[in-house]
Amino acid sequence: MREPKIIVVGGGLAGLMATIRIAESGVPVELFSIVPVKRSHSVCAQGGINAAKNLKGEGDSAWIHFDDTIYGGDFLANQPLVKGMCEAAPAIIDLLDRMGVTFNRTPEGLLDFRRFGGTLYHRTAFAGATTGQQLLYALDEQVRRFESEDKVKKFEAWTFLSVVLDEKKICRGICAMDLKTMQVRTFPADAVIFCTGGIGAIFRQTTNSVVCTGSAQSALFQQGVYYANGEFIQVHPTAIPGEDKCRLMSESLRGEGGRVWVPKKAGDTRPARSIPENERFYFLEEWYPKYGNLVPRDVATRAIYKIVFEQKMGLSGLNAVYLDLTHLPREMLDRKLEGVLEIYQKFVGTDPREEPMKVFPAMHYTMGGLWVDNEHQATNVPGIYAAGECEYQYHGANRLGANSLLSCIYGGMLAGPAAVKYARNLEKGCESVPSPVYDAERSRQQEANDSLLHQQGSENPMTIWKELGEWMTEHVTVIRLNANLQKTLNKLDELSDRFAHVNLADRTQWANQTLQFTRELGNMIVLSKAITMGALARNETRGAHYKPEFPERDDKNWLKTTKASYDSGRIKLEYEPVDISLIPPRSRKY
Amino acid sequence: MAETTFIVKIKRQAAPDEAVRWQEFEIRYRPHLNIITCLRDIAEKPVTRDGNGTTPVAYDANCLEEVCGACAMLINGYPRQACSALVDNLEKPIRLEPLTKFPLIRDLQVDRSIMFENLKRMQCWVPIDGTYAIGPGPRMSPAEQEIVYPMSRCITCGNCLEVCPKVNGRTQFVGAAIISQVRLFNMHPTGKMHARERLEAMMGPGGIQDCDNAQNCVKVCPKNIPLTESNNEINRQVLKHAIWDWLNWSEGPTKRDEEWKRTGIQR
Repeated sequence: MREPKIIVVGGGLAGLMATIRIAESGVPVELFSIVPVKRSHSVCAQGGINAAKNLKGEGDSAWIHFDDTIYGGDFLANQPLVKGMCEAAPAIIDLLDRMGVTFNRTPEGLLDFRRFGGTLYHRTAFAGATTGQQLLYALDEQVRRFESEDKVKKFEAWTFLSVVLDEKKICRGICAMDLKTMQVRTFPADAVIFCTGGIGAIFRQTTNSVVCTGSAQSALFQQGVYYANGEFIQVHPTAIPGEDKCRLMSESLRGEGGRVWVPKKAGDTRPARSIPENERFYFLEEWYPKYGNLVPRDVATRAIYKIVFEQKMGLSGLNAVYLDLTHLPREMLDRKLEGVLEIYQKFVGTDPREEPMKVFPAMHYTMGGLWVDNEHQATNVPGIYAAGECEYQYHGANRLGANSLLSCIYGGMLAGPAAVKYARNLEKGCESVPSPVYDAERSRQQEANDSLLHQQGSENPMTIWKELGEWMTEHVTVIRLNANLQKTLNKLDELSDRFAHVNLADRTQWANQTLQFTRELGNMIVLSKAITMGALARNETRGAHYKPEFPERDDKNWLKTTKASYDSGRIKLEYEPVDISLIPPRSRKY
Repeated sequence: MAETTFIVKIKRQAAPDEAVRWQEFEIRYRPHLNIITCLRDIAEKPVTRDGNGTTPVAYDANCLEEVCGACAMLINGYPRQACSALVDNLEKPIRLEPLTKFPLIRDLQVDRSIMFENLKRMQCWVPIDGTYAIGPGPRMSPAEQEIVYPMSRCITCGNCLEVCPKVNGRTQFVGAAIISQVRLFNMHPTGKMHARERLEAMMGPGGIQDCDNAQNCVKVCPKNIPLTESNNEINRQVLKHAIWDWLNWSEGPTKRDEEWKRTGIQR
C-alpha cells in the first residue's frame, strides 16, 4: 500500500494536534509555519480551557456546556459538532494533563477550575494565566518527539502562498515561500490541513499576534474555498489599548472576582481608590444581575460602548473603564493570574494589585472562517481541511471564553484522521499528478513576487495597512450601520486600486519581510471585502453582529450561515441552513 | 511647537556575508512607545536621519506581549524583548543590535533553531502512550505545581544564552534554558520515569559540565525563571546518577535497569 503524504499549514494548537494525530497513525507529516511553531499565537491565550469535569459539585455536564455554547453563540452554530466537542472536552483535558501541562491544582492534587463568561459553572481548567502557552508547549513537545523519530518534518520560516489544484480542482499540494531565501517552491501532498489562525491584522489594532493576517484563508478563498460567517467578529471587552497591539486582559480576571466600573459622576478626576463604593457604577453587575461581570463578550463590549460613547461616562478624557482587582487577596492573584498582571505592569507601568486597570474593548477573534462540513473539518475543495480559528464551525455568532483552545484541539483531532482517511482512499496519489501542474502554480506565485519587486509605484504598504485597519475597526466591529458598511466597501475598492501601485522599499531576495507583508496585505484586503459584504447583507442583530437599525435577532430571515465565494475578482454571498436539530432556538437574554 | 523626536541607532547587515553598518533614525515621540513601534515607523518611512533612503529593518516579532520569545535583541547592549522595551524607560539614543550568539540572518534577525534542536537532543517531553482517551493524568500537589509552573513559562528567547560566557564558538553548551527544561521534565511524575535518558544526554557534549556558574543567565531571564537553581539541581542529579552507575556497575546492567525502573530519579 502506498504511504499517503499529508501537509499541515500552521503550528498553533490546532495544527500541532492534527500533526500528532497523523504521525500517531504512522503517516508522515510535513508541518509548515511562518514562525517556529513554539512561537505561534496560541501562546497568547490566557484564561483557560473549558471542560465540564464537574469537580466542584455543581452538577455541570457536557450537555450544559453544549447549551451554554449554543446559547452564547446566539444559535448560529451547527449543533452536532459543538455537542461532540463538549462531550470530548473532559478527555482532552486528561490528555493535556498526561502530556505534562502545569495546570493549577486543588489541595487534593486534582485539577482546579474557574468560572468564565457566559456560564454559571466552574468549568475552566487553567495554568496560571498563561494556559495557551502551556498547552501549546505540551503539544510542541509531543511533535518534537515525533520529529526526533522522523515522523514529522518541520518547515519553519516558510509562508504558505497557494494550493496546487489539478484540472479536476482537487488539491494536490501547496506552494510556499522560504522566508530566508525567498525561494518559491511547490510541495506535493494528498491532503492539506490548514490551521492558520486568526485575522486580527485586518483590524490592525487587535489582541492578535503579528502572523494573524488571515492571508492563507484569503488565498484559499480566492482559489475556491468558501468563507463562512465572516461578519462575526469578536471584540473582547477588556484590553490595554496600544499603538502596536492591544494587550488582552483575560476574562479570567473577572472569573476570579474582578469588577468593572466607572465613577458615577462623569469626568470625576479623583484617583480610583479614593472614590467611595457608593459613588462607583458597577454597570455590568447592575444591568445583568445574574451573570454580572461574566456576561458573554459581545454583551460586555456593547455595555462598555454604551457607557463610554452614549452615556459619556468613560474615565476622564479616555475611552476606558476600570477593571478592578484591588479588593482581591494578593496571594490568590499571584497564584492564579500572574501572567496577565505581569503584562499590565510591564506595558502600563502600574501594579494592578494596587491600582484598578484601565481597559477598553479590542478586536480579538473571528467566529467566521473557512467553510468546513459538519463532520470532518473538510472544506468544499477535495483534499483541503481546516481546523482552529481559521474555520467557522464551533462558535456561532459569538464565542464563549475558554472555548477557543478547546475547539482548536478538537478540530485538530478530527482533521488529522479525516485527512489520513481521505488520502488513503484516493484513487491516484499526488505522485501521479503531472509536473506541469506544479510548475504552473509555482510560476504564477513567482510572477506575483517578481511584479511586486519590480513595479515602481507611489503607495506604501504600511500606509495602506493603517487605513485598512482604521476603516475596519471603526465600521466593521461593534456597531454596524449599513451606510458605513457601504462606505467601507467603497474604501476597500479604493485600497485595492492603490495596492496595485504599491512600491516596495526593499527589493532584495534575502529575508525580505516587506515582500512577505505586502503579499499578505493584498490578501487581507480581499478578505476584508468578504467580511464587510457579509455584515452589510445581514440585516439583524445576532451575537457579536450588532446593527442598531435592526436591533432584534431575526430567525425567520437570518437563521442561516453566510457562505462567501470568489470568482475572478467577484465575491458572491449565498446561504445555507443551520443545523438546529438538538436545541431549539430561544431568545438570548443574560 | 516643534514635535519631540528621539534617535534610534541600528546595526544593519543585509545578509550574513554583507558588511556591517550603523544607521540612525529619527522617531517621532509618543507616550507608551515600544521598540516594535519604532521599527514599524521606520518601515513606513525608511529614511535615515541624514535623509538617505534605506530598506525597512528586518526583525522577528510575533505576540508583542512577551510570551512568544520572538523579538529578543540587544537594546542598549542588553538582551531583552523589543515588545516590552518601552521608549520612555530607555536611555537615548537607543541602540539596537542583533543577538550575537546565534547565526545572523539579516539586521536584527537571528536563527535560534539550535535551541529547539537541543530540546530535541535532551528529550524534553513527557513520553505519553498515545492521544487516546486512557484516563486522567497523574495527581500533583499544588506545592509541586508552584515549583514547575515557572519553569514551564520559558519562552526560548535565548537571552540566557546570549550572556553566558560558555556559549561560544568553542563549546556546544546547551545553555540554561534547556537545562531548566530537563529539570522540568525530570520532575513530572511520568517524565521522571525517563529521567535517566535526559541525564545521560546532559552528561554528553554541551551538557551540564560546561556550566561554570557565571550566573548571568538568571539576571536576563524575562520570565524570572530560577535558572541557577535548575543548573544546580541538574548538576546534583547528574552526579547522583554517575555515582549510582559507578556503585552498581558490578551488579551488571540488568539489576541496575530494574532498580532504575522502580525508583526513577527522586528530586
